Amino acid sequence: MNALFANIDWSDIGQAGLDTLLMLGGSLLFTLLLGLPLGVLLFLTSKRQLLAQPVVYGLLSFVVNILRSVPFVILLIVMIPFTVFIAGTSLGVAGAIPPLVVGATPFFARLVETALREVDRGIIEATQAMGATTTQIVLRALLPEALPGILAGGTVTAITLVSYAAMSGVIGGGGLGDLAIRFGYQRFQTDVMVVTVLLLLILVQILQTIGDKLVIHFSRR
Amino acid sequence: MIEFKQIHKSYRVAGHDVPALNGIDFQIGAGEIFGIIGHSGAGKSTLVRLINLLERPSAGQVIINGTDITALDAAGLRAQRQRIGMIFQHFNLLSSKTVAQNVAFPLALAGEHGKAQIKARVAALLARVGLTEHADKYPAQLSGGQKQRVGIARALATEPQILLCDEATSALDPQTTQAVLQLLADLNRELKLTIVLITHEMDVVRRIADRVAVLDAGQVAEIGPVAEVFLHPQHPTTRRFVLEAESVDEGEQVDDYAHVPGRIVRLTFTGDATYQPLLGAVARDAGVDFSILAGRIDRIKDTPYGQLTVAFTGGDVNAALQQLAARGLSIEEVRA
Repeated sequence: MNALFANIDWSDIGQAGLDTLLMLGGSLLFTLLLGLPLGVLLFLTSKRQLLAQPVVYGLLSFVVNILRSVPFVILLIVMIPFTVFIAGTSLGVAGAIPPLVVGATPFFARLVETALREVDRGIIEATQAMGATTTQIVLRALLPEALPGILAGGTVTAITLVSYAAMSGVIGGGGLGDLAIRFGYQRFQTDVMVVTVLLLLILVQILQTIGDKLVIHFSRR
Repeated sequence: MIEFKQIHKSYRVAGHDVPALNGIDFQIGAGEIFGIIGHSGAGKSTLVRLINLLERPSAGQVIINGTDITALDAAGLRAQRQRIGMIFQHFNLLSSKTVAQNVAFPLALAGEHGKAQIKARVAALLARVGLTEHADKYPAQLSGGQKQRVGIARALATEPQILLCDEATSALDPQTTQAVLQLLADLNRELKLTIVLITHEMDVVRRIADRVAVLDAGQVAEIGPVAEVFLHPQHPTTRRFVLEAESVDEGEQVDDYAHVPGRIVRLTFTGDATYQPLLGAVARDAGVDFSILAGRIDRIKDTPYGQLTVAFTGGDVNAALQQLAARGLSIEEVRA
C-alpha cells in the first residue's frame, strides 16, 4: 500500500482538497449571484418579452458569447492584472476566484435564460392580467416556475467550476488540479495524479447527486 | 360597461402591417354574458385582450365604466386589471404553487390584504368552486375541470366586476364543459358579474350567452341576442357556425331534397310556441299535408326553440304559412 502511494503526502492532499472546495464555494456563490440577474436581464430584453430591447439584448448577448468563446486557460492568463486588482493576488484560492467567476457567469446566465424561456408564456400573461408589476412577474411567477431548471443549470455550472478550478492550477491557483499538474504531471508522480483525479470524480458525483435531489424536490409537474 | 370605439389593431410581421381587427365598435352591458365567436384567426383573442390591455389597440379606445383605459398610466392600468378577472384555455396556473396559493396569488400581488383576510377569502372561493379538499394539492395533481375551477376562483379573488374567458372550455371534455359553463352562469347571476367569453364553439355561446358577436376577418359580422343571431343567421360565417353545430352539410342537404315533392320551408319556433301543437292544427285547418325533413328542439340559454324543415303538399300552402306566421313562427323559404 505504502509502496503504491509512495509520493503521497496526505496533508498536502487534504490542504489541496480544502482549497478546491473553497475555490468552488467562493466562485459558485459569486457566479450564482451575478449570473442569475444577468440571465433574467437576457431573458427580459430578448424578442417579444416584457422589456424587449433588441440593442441591449444584442450587446449583452455579444459580451456573453465572447466570454464563453475564450478558452478558460487563456482567460486565466489574460485576467491576471484584473485579478490582482480585485483580489490582491493572482495566486492561490483568492487569485483563482475572479477568473472562475468571469468564466462561469456567462455560462450560468445562458442556462438561466433558457430555463426562463421554458416557462409557459401563458403564466406571464395570467400574472400580467392580475395587475402585477414586471418585478412581481419576475420574482413571484417566473423565477419560482423556472426554479427546477435554474437548479439544474446551477448544478451543471458547479461541475464546470470544478474542472475550471482544476485548470487554474496552471497559473498557480492551488487546489487538487494544481497538485495534479505540479506533482502528477511535471514530476511524473502517477500516484498523486490518480488520487487527485479520483477525489475530483467523487466531488463531481456528490454535486450531481445534490443537484438532482434539489431539482426533484422543487419540481411539481 | 365595456365599450369598443373604432378599434383597429394590426401586427407588424416581417415589415408588413397585418390587420387583426378592423373597425370594432360595440358595447357590452353590465351583468351580461357576452359571447364572441369566430374561427381561429378572426381576431377574437386579440379582441378579448383589449379589455385588460394585454393587447393595445393601434387606434381607437376601450372604455370601461366611463374610463378610457388606453389613456391610463402604468399604475392606473394595474389597478384596472385587478378589477378584471381572466381565465384561459390552458388554465395558466402556477405549477410551483398549491391550489390555495394560486387562488391567493392575485391578492398577494395587490398587497392590500392581511394574511388572515387572504386565508378567509381563499377558503370561501375554494368552497364556492367546490375544491376545498384540494387546497393543498399542486395543479399537476388535478383534472382539467378542477384546474379551470382553480382558474375561476383565482380570477374572482380580487372581486372583479368583469370576467374574461379565453376559450375557457376548449380543452375540456363535454361533461366538464357543461359543469364549468353552469358555474359561470351561476356566478353571473349571484355576483352580477359581467362575463365576456370568446370561443369557436357555438354550443358554448348557445348555452350561456345573452348576446353574441360573430367575428370574421377582424370585423363584427353580426351582433345581437343569441337566439336572434343563431336562429336567423344573416352572415355567411354565422350560417357556417350554425350548420357546423348541427353537423349539416348545406350542399348535401339540398341534394337530398331534390326528390321531395312540395314546397319546403324552415319554421322557427321560440319560447312557448315551441311546445304547442301548432303545426298539426294549422295543417288540418288549411287542408295541407306535411312531412318533416329535418329538425331540432333545443334551448338557447333559457329560451326553448324548435327549428323544423318541412315540406308542404296539397291544400292551400300559402294560407297555412300565413297562419303559422300569425302565431309568431318565423318562416324561411328553402325551396318554392
